[in-house]
Amino acid sequence: MDTSTTERRIEHLEMRGIEKRFGTVVANRDVHLEISAGDILGLLGENGAGKTTLMNILYGLYRQEEGSVLINGEVVDIRSPKDSRRLRIGMIHQHFMLVDQHTVLENIALGDETVPFFFPRRAVRPRVEALAEDLGLDVDLDKKIYELSAGEQQRVEIIKALYRNADLLIMDEPTSVLTPQETEQLFATLRSMSENGHTVILISHKLEEIMAICNRVIVLRKGEVTGEANTADVQKTDLARMMIGRSISSSYPKADLEPGEPILRVSDLHVLDDRGLPATRGLSFEVCENEILGIAGVSGNGQREAVQAICGLRSSESGSVTLHGEEISNEAVRTISDLGLGHVPEDRMVHGIVGNLFLFENAVLKKHHQAPYSAHMRMDYREVRDHADALVSGYQVSAPSVSVPAKNLSGGNIQKLILGREISSAPSLLIASHPTYGLDVGAAEYVRLQLIERRDSGGAVLLVSEDLEELFAVCDRIAVMFEGKVMGVVDPSLATMEEVGLLMAGVVNESERAERSSVADAGIVDEGEPSFVAAADGNALPDDSATIATSAEVAE
Amino acid sequence: MTIRVTPREETTQGFRTLVLVGSLFAGLIAVGIVFAVRGVNPLLAVWSIFRGSFGSAYGIKETITKAVPLILIGSGLALAYRAKFWNIGAESQLLLGAVFATWVGLTWGPHLPGWLIIPLMFIAGFIGGALWGTIPAILKIRFGINEVISTLMLNYVAAEIVKYLVVGPWKGETKFGYPYTDDLPDQAILRLLPLSRISPALVVLAVVLALVLTYIIFRTRFGYEIRVIGESPEAARYAGIDFFKTLLITMVISGGIAGIAGVGELSAIHHNLSYPETISAGYGFTAIIVAWLGKLNPAFVILSGLFFAGIIVGGDAIQMTLGLPAVTVSVFNGFLLVFLIAGDYLLYHRVKLVREHA
Repeated sequence: MDTSTTERRIEHLEMRGIEKRFGTVVANRDVHLEISAGDILGLLGENGAGKTTLMNILYGLYRQEEGSVLINGEVVDIRSPKDSRRLRIGMIHQHFMLVDQHTVLENIALGDETVPFFFPRRAVRPRVEALAEDLGLDVDLDKKIYELSAGEQQRVEIIKALYRNADLLIMDEPTSVLTPQETEQLFATLRSMSENGHTVILISHKLEEIMAICNRVIVLRKGEVTGEANTADVQKTDLARMMIGRSISSSYPKADLEPGEPILRVSDLHVLDDRGLPATRGLSFEVCENEILGIAGVSGNGQREAVQAICGLRSSESGSVTLHGEEISNEAVRTISDLGLGHVPEDRMVHGIVGNLFLFENAVLKKHHQAPYSAHMRMDYREVRDHADALVSGYQVSAPSVSVPAKNLSGGNIQKLILGREISSAPSLLIASHPTYGLDVGAAEYVRLQLIERRDSGGAVLLVSEDLEELFAVCDRIAVMFEGKVMGVVDPSLATMEEVGLLMAGVVNESERAERSSVADAGIVDEGEPSFVAAADGNALPDDSATIATSAEVAE
Repeated sequence: MTIRVTPREETTQGFRTLVLVGSLFAGLIAVGIVFAVRGVNPLLAVWSIFRGSFGSAYGIKETITKAVPLILIGSGLALAYRAKFWNIGAESQLLLGAVFATWVGLTWGPHLPGWLIIPLMFIAGFIGGALWGTIPAILKIRFGINEVISTLMLNYVAAEIVKYLVVGPWKGETKFGYPYTDDLPDQAILRLLPLSRISPALVVLAVVLALVLTYIIFRTRFGYEIRVIGESPEAARYAGIDFFKTLLITMVISGGIAGIAGVGELSAIHHNLSYPETISAGYGFTAIIVAWLGKLNPAFVILSGLFFAGIIVGGDAIQMTLGLPAVTVSVFNGFLLVFLIAGDYLLYHRVKLVREHA
C-alpha cells in the first residue's frame, strides 16, 4: 500500500527478559511476552502493575535496561516511536493524540511524508476511504475532531495507525472512554483486524473485556508476569487471583468497637466527570462512627468524582449526601468543611498544599478563616506558627523549620502535614484518597495507624485506595466500586482478596451465593459471557448494614 | 554543548538579591547597546539619566512628583498580580478615576469647602477606577475571558471616553475651543510645596496606602486567600476559597487605587481633564514594571517607584542634553522589564551548559 515502510509484516513478536527501572522503582522485571499474527493478546493487571510501561518500551517511548525485542526472530532496536512505526507497530494511547481543530483526514495524514505538497487531501483521501471501508469503520473524514465522540475519535486513531501500516496495534485501556455500544463496535473492528492478519495487544484491567475479545492473556503484577493463558482455558477467578495476589501480610491492632451512628450517608448519587459523562450512577453507601469504610476499585470508576462531590468540589446531578443527617450535596466547600469533614486529597502536591507558601501557611489551609488563626479579617500568624509547630512535632513531620516553602518537603512529610492538619481538628468524617500512594513503607504505616487512631477515637473514616492489602489491613468494611456504583460490600475478615478482585473487575462474586443459587452460578461458568446477576439476589451480600447496589449490567 | 535546565529547589535571600541586581545590570547593558548604536556613549547616557533625576533639587522634586502615581498604581498592581490576575489596565482605571473626580469637582466644587470636596473627589476617583477594574474580573470569572486582553482593550475604551468628554459635553467654556474641561475651582486643588509640583498630602497618601497594602497582603485573611489563589488555584478550590468574591475585591482595590492616582494627577497637576496622554504619561504601564521590580511587595514598590520615576525624569533630561528621541525612556523600561522577568526564571530553575558525550 505504502512506500515508506520497507519492513515485512510482523508474523511473530517476542519481548525477552525486559527490565525497566525508574530510579529505584522497578516497573518491569524479567518480562517475557510472545505474540503471533492474528492474536489478540490481553495485558491484564492493576494500575501500576507495569502494563503501560511495558508497551511504551515496545513503542519506543521508553528504553529498557535489559532484555530485547525480536520481530520474526530477529533482534530489533526500538529507540523511538519512529523506529516502531517503521517496524509496523502502532499504539493508541488512553488520551488520544489528535489535533482538535483539524479534520479527520488531516489528522490521519499528519506526519505522512509521502503526501504531495499540492492538493494533499486529494492524494490521501482514496487510501483512507479504502482503509475505513475494509474494516467497516464509519467516520466522516471532513468533520473536525472536536465534533466527534470519544468512540469516533478512537476509530480515527485506529485508521491513523493502520494508515501508517501498523501490523501490531497496541491499545491502552481502549474501552475506558467508550459507551457499551461503542465498545461492542470496537470489538467487532478488532475481530475483523485479527482476521486480516493484524495483531492487537489490549491493555486492560477489566476481566470481562479480556475474556470477551482476547484469545490469549498475560497477567502482570508489580512489574512481573504472574500468569499467562489462553482465555479459553481459564476462569475469571484464576485471572483475578493472578492479578491481585493472595494473602494479607499484616493487620493492624484496632480497638474492639461496634460502629455507631451513621455519619455520612450517600444515596443514589449521580455525578458527571470532566467530560460530562456519568461518573457515578446511583452510588449509595454509608459510613458510621468508629468505622473505616474502604472504597476499593480500579481508578476511573467514579471514586474521584464521588469524593469531590461529597467534599463540595464537584456538583452532583441528583441524589443525596448527608453529613450528621444534614444535606450537604452541592453545598460550598467551606460550609461542608466547617461541618466537620476532613479531606486528605488524592493529588497532594496539587490540591493538598501550596508549594510556594511556607509550611506554617500551609498548616492552616482550609482552616485559615477559623479562630484562632484569624479574627476580624486579620490572620494571627503567631497562632498559625504555633499550630504548625504542633503539627510538625505531633505528626512526625521532618522539616528544618516551619518557615520553609512546603514544596521543599518530601512526599511523606507533606502527607503527614496534610494528615495532621486534617485530623487535628478531630473531624467527624475523614476522607482519605489514596493516602499512602507513593509513600515509603514507614510513612505509609504511619498514615494507616493515624487513620485507625481516628476511628478508635470516634471518627468515621472513608478510605479510598487501590491498594487491596492496605484496605484489608485497615478497614472494617470494604465497598467495591465499578463503573460508578458499589458492586458489593464485604467484610475483610471474611472475604478474600480474590472476591474483591472479581468485584473490582466488574464481576459480582458468586462464591457464597453459588451454593444457594444455581442461576448465578450459571453466569460465571459460562466463559466468554459476562456474569449475569439475578437482581433479586442482589441484596443478600455478607454485610447487610450497607446499602448495596448490584450491577445487572450486561456487556455482551 | 547543550543547555540543561533543572528545577531549583531552594533559593536564598542572597541569591534572590543577586538575580535582581544582575537582571537590572543586564538590562542596563542592553539599553547601553541601543545608546551605542545611536552614537551616544552609553556610560554617559546612563550617568546623564541619573544626574538628571537625582542630581539636582529640581530633578529630585520632579522625581518625587512622578513617583507618586507609580507607587500608588504599582502597589495596587502588586496586589492583583499576587492573585495572578494580570491587570494591564491600570492606565484606564487611572483615567476613569480622573473622570469621576472631574465630575465631582466641577459639579459640587464651587459649593463645598476644600476639606470636603477633596476627599469626595478621591472617593469618586476610587469608585471610578474600581468599577472599571471589576469589569474584567467579572468577565474572567463568569465567562472565562482572559484578563490580559480585556484589561488591555478597556484602555482604549477609556481613552476614547475621555476624548469624547473633553471635546464634547465637558468642553470648557473658558478654554477657547481647546479640548480641556474648565479648571477645577480653587478649593478642589491640592496644595503644593513652594516651587515644586509635589503635594505633601498625596505623597503621604501614596506611602500610607503602599504600607496598608503590604499589611493586607501579608497579615490579613484576604491577603492569605489572594496568595493561595495566585500560587495554586486548585489548592484554593480545595480550601473552599471564594474566587469570585476574592478576585472582585482584589480588582476593586487595584483599580480603585489607580483611580486615586488619576485624582492626584488631576487635582495636583493638571487642574482640568484633557486628552488622555496629557493626564497620564503612561503611568499605568510603567507601574507594571514598578510592581515587578518591587517583587510584588508594596513596601518595596515605594523604592522601585522612585527608581522608575527617576528614569522618566532623567530620560526627559537626556532628550535635551544628548538629543535622543522621547521614546528612549520606553525602550529603557521595556528592556528592564524583560530582564527582570527573565531573571525570575533563574530563581526557579538551574541552567547549566553541558558538554554532550555522544
